Amino acid sequence: MGMADTAAITAGQVEHLAELARIAMTSEELEKTAGDLDRILASVARVAEVATDDVPATSHPMPLKNVLRDDVVGTPLTAEQALSGAPASEDGKFLVPQILGED
Amino acid sequence: MKYEEAVAKYDPALGIEVHVELGTATKMFDAAPNTFGGGANENTTPSSLGLPGALPVVNRTAVEYAIRIGLALGCEIAQECRFARKNYFYPDLAKNFQTSQADEPIAFDGRIDVELEDGTIVPVEIERAHMEEDAGKNTHVGGTSGRIHGADHSLVDYNRAGVPLVEIVTHPILGVGDRAPEVAAAYVRTLRDIFRALDVSEARMEQGNVRADINVSLRPDADAPLGTRTETKNVNSFRSIERAVRYEIARQADILDAGGSVLQETRHFHEADGSTSSGRPKSDADDYRYFPEPDLVPVAPSREWVEEIRAGLPELPAARRRRLLGEWGISDLEMRDIINAGLLDPVEATVVAGATPDAARKWWMGEIARLAKQQDVDAAGLTTPESVAELQKLIDDGKLNDKLARKVLAGVLEGRGTPAQVMEADGLQIVEDTGALEAAVDDAIAQNPDVVEKIKGGKMQAIGALMGPIMKATRGQADAGKARELIMARING
Amino acid sequence: MTEDLTRLTAAQLAAGLRAGDYSATDVTRSHLDRIDATDAALGSFLTVTPDTALATAAEVDRKRAAGEALHPYAGVPVSVKDVVVTAGIRTTAGSKMLEDWVPPYDATVYTKIKDAGLPVLGKTNLDEFAMGSTTEHSAFGPTHNPWDTTTVPGGSSGGAAASAAAFQAPLAVGTDTGGSIRQPAAFTGTVGVKPTYGSVSRYGVVAMASSLDQVGPMGRTVADAAALHQLLAGHDAQDSTSLTDPVPDLLAAVEAGVRDGSLKGKRLGTVRQLSADDYAADVRDAFHAALALAESAGAQIVEVDMPSLAYALDAYYLIMPSEASSNLARYDGMRFGLRVEPETGPVTAETVMSATRAAGFGSEVKRRILLGTYALSAGYYDAYYGSAQKVRTLVQRDFAAAFEQVDVLVTPTAPTTALPFGSEDASDPMALYLGDAATIPANLAGIPAMSLPAGLANGMPVGFQLLAPAREDARLYEVGSAIEALVTDAAGTPVWAGVPTEYAAAGSPTTTSA
Repeated sequence: MGMADTAAITAGQVEHLAELARIAMTSEELEKTAGDLDRILASVARVAEVATDDVPATSHPMPLKNVLRDDVVGTPLTAEQALSGAPASEDGKFLVPQILGED
Repeated sequence: MKYEEAVAKYDPALGIEVHVELGTATKMFDAAPNTFGGGANENTTPSSLGLPGALPVVNRTAVEYAIRIGLALGCEIAQECRFARKNYFYPDLAKNFQTSQADEPIAFDGRIDVELEDGTIVPVEIERAHMEEDAGKNTHVGGTSGRIHGADHSLVDYNRAGVPLVEIVTHPILGVGDRAPEVAAAYVRTLRDIFRALDVSEARMEQGNVRADINVSLRPDADAPLGTRTETKNVNSFRSIERAVRYEIARQADILDAGGSVLQETRHFHEADGSTSSGRPKSDADDYRYFPEPDLVPVAPSREWVEEIRAGLPELPAARRRRLLGEWGISDLEMRDIINAGLLDPVEATVVAGATPDAARKWWMGEIARLAKQQDVDAAGLTTPESVAELQKLIDDGKLNDKLARKVLAGVLEGRGTPAQVMEADGLQIVEDTGALEAAVDDAIAQNPDVVEKIKGGKMQAIGALMGPIMKATRGQADAGKARELIMARING
Repeated sequence: MTEDLTRLTAAQLAAGLRAGDYSATDVTRSHLDRIDATDAALGSFLTVTPDTALATAAEVDRKRAAGEALHPYAGVPVSVKDVVVTAGIRTTAGSKMLEDWVPPYDATVYTKIKDAGLPVLGKTNLDEFAMGSTTEHSAFGPTHNPWDTTTVPGGSSGGAAASAAAFQAPLAVGTDTGGSIRQPAAFTGTVGVKPTYGSVSRYGVVAMASSLDQVGPMGRTVADAAALHQLLAGHDAQDSTSLTDPVPDLLAAVEAGVRDGSLKGKRLGTVRQLSADDYAADVRDAFHAALALAESAGAQIVEVDMPSLAYALDAYYLIMPSEASSNLARYDGMRFGLRVEPETGPVTAETVMSATRAAGFGSEVKRRILLGTYALSAGYYDAYYGSAQKVRTLVQRDFAAAFEQVDVLVTPTAPTTALPFGSEDASDPMALYLGDAATIPANLAGIPAMSLPAGLANGMPVGFQLLAPAREDARLYEVGSAIEALVTDAAGTPVWAGVPTEYAAAGSPTTTSA
């Protein structure tokens, strides 16, 4: 495990992140966010200082295991309930804009 | 380039990812029904719909099925494993992440033997089998072009969202040369048969219960490093798998021959012409940002549970084949014919119901297969093993001959009852009235003295010439054996 | 009616209701009237639900008249932070993204509240998706601190805290991911508790960071917080991280705490890493004054060393945005909530998602999503998210070691008292996050923590934080009620009683609905 890359975050990198996160951003927003992330990352990168190989990672605060559910059908939402918040629907389905790359 | 030329020149490597939808009652992470069909969006809960605040809980039976699959594939079962989120945006993915397993699959390091049609055994190393959830279904709706209204759009049904899947990933399958297409299809078929034997899925390819992603790459020879691979997604029949592999091998060989390089990408298979076309390139954009699913806790199957599941595993297809070969005393080739026809289950069930293996095989592979082909339906579903066994018993008891039995079968297939009922109703039973038969025999002998002379002269096959009139006189219901006995008794008497 | 029912604590109201001194309808109407009179100035509520509240109250009154069994707090009204999903009542999470979203299902905690017959007065304001410490990041306008309406009430449970402080509700449900219950409790002179992780169901609570989020109680007194905590807690099969432990008797802990000599021999630990110059002098003074009261009552004050806390804030600002970036991916305009089409270019699912998320999320939410996206990216995961998870282990170890030496840990809840609006330095996000340094470690470790008033500094409340080992929530209530009693005795009156009750109108959008 290496130290975090401490090179400054560029607007171009933020643009890539914004694409991954599906958030349209103006170039001003990209610039501003690059600066913000830069400052935050400069600080938080310190975690690597103490995160040595002998320390295990904790992903859950309480160490539970094997929380399993019996395979018994519960009450599903009605289609009407499922669609109740939909911005658009048709024939009992969610209507979404054209999906690129779909056959 | 022709396929044959391509495989002569390059060494293909395969990697196959198979997704199987588990036949649980509920979804992977919520209690919505896991059922095929029904109205759109009727099988969701806040969880499978990804509503704000909804949380997942793991289905115990899905875990058990995954372990069953892992054990059947000779895998080790993880002492402890976690789910991870695979983050990407797509409208059919309700949460915009798929809950899957990343570097901690529930099963890993397995191996199965795949038997090709000619009996060749190809071992396939299994890298891992992991649990995940299915996505919803998009239906593309064309529209007139335009920016907003009436434009192309899609309709999404989330009934399938959250259905439990197990994904099985092979290590590269090497050294199969020109048989790569066959191996790919046989591997998926082997898995399909295992899923069915394990009773973890209906495993119907045509319904998308089993879906295969096929990775193909070429290299100049077996010592060279693996070439760049393409992944042809969601190939849904054995024949399509073969065609897709053939097509990719030829296509990639063309590119390499022209000095080009294969682009690492996903590709789509086209049923109509057997071709594949470029999907989206695999690039840095595919950064799924996997991380441990914080809403779920680790699954640590106890060794006791794993052993209990192992002890309850049914006989697997390969072991069953070996056993039946011994029990039935048939040849490898005959066995493969039965398997390739998809008729092992009904043949075995027919034997269990009382027929001899030969008789059971003869019926299913002969008359029933012929009728099924005629009607373009699945032979296994045409009738029941019990009916076939009963039919055979009627023959063995001397109540039917082959010809009559075929008539009875036709009646059974028409849904007119059991073989015995059809036989009764149609009056097809062999005539046991010896008086009538004797009269018919005497008549035949009297009318064909020349034939009688030939028989007396030792030409036994001439008996056939007497059988025609006898059958005609008895409307086909004479027992041919008995008639033959009577003829010989009269002539020699 | 001569008595102002809104001035009573939940415990008093519950007793009065049981005694038949007044009806649940009376109590509920009084609080609705108080909301009517004050919320234009305070902006505690995003949605007020008089019809549902009065219907619940009427049902409780009917059952009581019929002699049916009732929850001891049936008829005591409550406000609910607007991240708790409520069927038929819009649930916004303080975001434009969910401005008009009316959920088809109930959160488990909401079901518990309804089943117990507590009238829900409405849904309280918060920083968008609970991201913030001032409630200024609500898409629907800020909440004002009833102690001084020119200051923030803290956040993200600012609306909840203000509703309890300003007598709009005797009880309030909040959520705490890095201090979002405790810091607003500190700013508003109320009591707020983040329970042990997993002890209160998260099912139906709009998620920010799954491994840190926890629902908890707020009220004006430790006893009231205990009563609500007791109601909210308990195993829920719909939340995989829910603990199966029985709910401890928190009201008994409160009673034990107020007995004479309850602090005798109790070891209270101050944390070397959380007591230095980071705290404003007036906050430090009030904290130490309360500590001195505890010491004089027989408590032993021990300083403990927790070196990993120096990295806790950094770890938090990696884990929280990472989980949030994934949890907030579902807000894409496809299935529910806002959908925005791009102004130019093709309209595809992808461009609509991007435009929707651009328009629906505020800047702080976007910043955290992008930070999390970065931290989880291939190539950075080990250095950032992976390392942060290791720091989490170190923080847990430090707490385990500290609790070998002390019964509870104590810190000031926040470095300052409530700040004026607009105090955040928009150019330095990390300085802004520093305010959470004392509250974040409890979320990383999953342990329970409480903020209660230590007293006043320059007329504004100061928060006193208690931390206990995981599953030892009762310890917070025992020590907390003892300190509350000492502080009240020393001042001659509870801190909460000193809050101004009349406010200059500030104008803040509140909707009234079913």
